[in-house]
Parts: sequence; structure tokens; C-alpha cells
Amino acid sequence: MNPVNYLYLAALLFTIGASGVLIRRNAIVLFMCVELMLNASNLALVTFSRMHGNLDGQILAFFTMVVAAAEVVVGLAIIVSIFRTRHSASVDDSNLMKL
Amino acid sequence: MTSTGEAVQFWVLAVIAVGGALGMLLMRKAVHSALCLAATMLSLAVCYLAQGAVFLGVVQIVVYTGAIMMLFLFVVMLVGVSSADSLKEQLKGQRIAAVLCGVGFGVLLIAGLANARLSHFTGLSEANAEGNVQGLAKLIFTKYVWAFEVTGALLITAAIGAMVLTHRERVHERLTQRQLAAQRVKDNIQVPPMPAPGVYARHNAVDIPALLPDGTVAEDSVMGTLRERGQIRDVSQEMLRRMAELEESTADWLGRPSSARPQVAAPRQALETVPTKEEAE
Repeated sequence: MNPVNYLYLAALLFTIGASGVLIRRNAIVLFMCVELMLNASNLALVTFSRMHGNLDGQILAFFTMVVAAAEVVVGLAIIVSIFRTRHSASVDDSNLMKL
Repeated sequence: MTSTGEAVQFWVLAVIAVGGALGMLLMRKAVHSALCLAATMLSLAVCYLAQGAVFLGVVQIVVYTGAIMMLFLFVVMLVGVSSADSLKEQLKGQRIAAVLCGVGFGVLLIAGLANARLSHFTGLSEANAEGNVQGLAKLIFTKYVWAFEVTGALLITAAIGAMVLTHRERVHERLTQRQLAAQRVKDNIQVPPMPAPGVYARHNAVDIPALLPDGTVAEDSVMGTLRERGQIRDVSQEMLRRMAELEESTADWLGRPSSARPQVAAPRQALETVPTKEEAE
């Protein structure tokens, strides 16, 4: 098997995540789709690291994980505070900025 | 080229990962989506392990499936397990356009990969010679030490930001029990305690309201959360039906004519659910 297959898998997962962000309405599921995209990019980074034979790709994937953790914490806090005021986790209902 | 074992492992894991991702995309309930995503993340962790990224594989399991997915599940529980996506479209044809965009993006991405020149393949045996964790540590604390420290600042900022976002300032002083009791007597709406839920010795579940002497439902006996969700089970109908059956069989046994039979109130309509806040508005 050619290790490029891992890259194809990463591309497929990234595509699914991106379509999910466009299709779904629940803010929590939207966040999960973003996480899936980050994971797919991590898989690509790890595969590239293996292809080139150095560990820089894995370091980058590690930083991606840290940033993803920070992003999830803040994002979920925003979702919880929106849910408290609007009683809904749907992104369609959050239109207060619109006149 | 990789070994046959890794090829078999890859195909099995790829199927699980893509299936989990599609499941996350297509499941209507957020909890099911979260569990599907956890499956995808676990299979990706095994992919990392197979590719020589031992540290990242373990971190993936501990941080992603352990911490982040649990945080997701926690928030799903907080927001409501049953919150499903609404199928109402705010923008016309947006979903179809989104699917088309997704397919087009995927085709572009995969075609780009297929055209890329990715023939050379080194492998990590040299870079991992001292051990994967040691190699990563050497890089993190020398070449990437600045990024590593900035990451620490980012994490602290995120933690404080989350606390600030979810913090609620207490505007009024908390009422004591004495003040609450005084308020209750002053309002004079329901001075004694609320009636307990349940019907005689038959049902004592909290979602079954008590029955008043005339067979109607005492709504106050069910807690407000269940009332608001409309999760009240009503057994008064069944009670009345059984009572009617009992009267019927007694009358049959006594041989009473139909005119002399006692009238039992007809079963009531099902208890209409209390309107939710939006409907009331």
C-alpha cells in the first residue's frame, strides 16, 4: 500500500467535515465538524512527517491539537452562554446582530 | 511501500473513520454525532500509532477522545440531549448547494493530491531512532520553544475566557429560607406545600400528576421542569376506563337493565401539553 492513501483518507475526512459545517444547524454538531477537519489535517501532517522522515510535521500536529483544545473550550463556552440567553443551540436562531 | 499488515489495518480503520464521519454528519441527535466522532478519532489514533507517531497517537486518545469529546458530551447534556436539528430551511436550497460545494471541494482536493508528485518516501526509522518522544522533546524545547511558550499563553487565555464567558454575576442577594417563606405567605397563592405526584398506591413516578377528587389532574403536583418540557404522563383516563369496566361487569353480574346502570364519566381527552415558552409568546 502506498502511504499516500493516508492523505486521501485525510482529504475525505476534511471534505466530510467541511460539508458538515455547511449542512448542519446545531452549533454543537458544527463544532464537532470543525474538530473533524482539524483531525484530518493532523493525519495529513503525520503522514507528511513520515514521508519526509523528520518530526517537524508531528510537532505541528501537536500544536494543532493544543489550539483545538483551546478553541473547543472557548467555543463551547460561547454556545452555553448563547443557549442561556436564546434557549436554542441552533445557529439559525442566533440572528440578534441582524436588524 | 508499507507492509501488508499495515495495509489491512489501514483499510479497516479507513472504513471505520469514514463511517464515523458520515454518521456524525447524518445523525440527527447531537449525542449520536458525538459518539460517531469519538469512533473516528479512535481509529485516527491507531493510524497515528501505525505511522510511527507514538506520542501523538496516545495524545489523540487522551486529549481528543478523553477530554474534548467528554467536554462535548457534557455540553450536549447541558443544552439538552433531545435537541435535534430543525429541518426547516432558512435559506432556500442552501443544503443542496452545500452538498454540491462539499462534493466539488472533495473532488478538487483529491484530484490535487492525485496529481501531486509524492513518490519519494523516507520513513521515520531514522528520525525515531532515539525514540519518538525523545525526538519530539528535542524539537519542542529547541527549535519550537517560542511557539511552545506562546501555546501556554494561549491555553491560559482560553481557560480565563471560558470562565469569563460562562460566569454570571449575582445581581441580587440570595434569598434566605425565612424570606422565601414570608414571601409565600405574602403572595397567598400556595401557602401549604405543593401536592405530591402519583396516584394512590399505583403510580408514584414524578411525571404522573396527582388526581383531584373529580378525576382531573393537579398540575402543580408535577415539577416545573417536566411541565415545561410537556413530559407529563396522565393516568386518569386509564383509571376512568377501568372504573367503567368494573361498573359494567358489576351491572352484568347483577343483571341490571341498561337504564338503571350508573353513569361513569367518559374518559377525558389526553392532557394537552403545557405550551412551551415560544408558543406562549
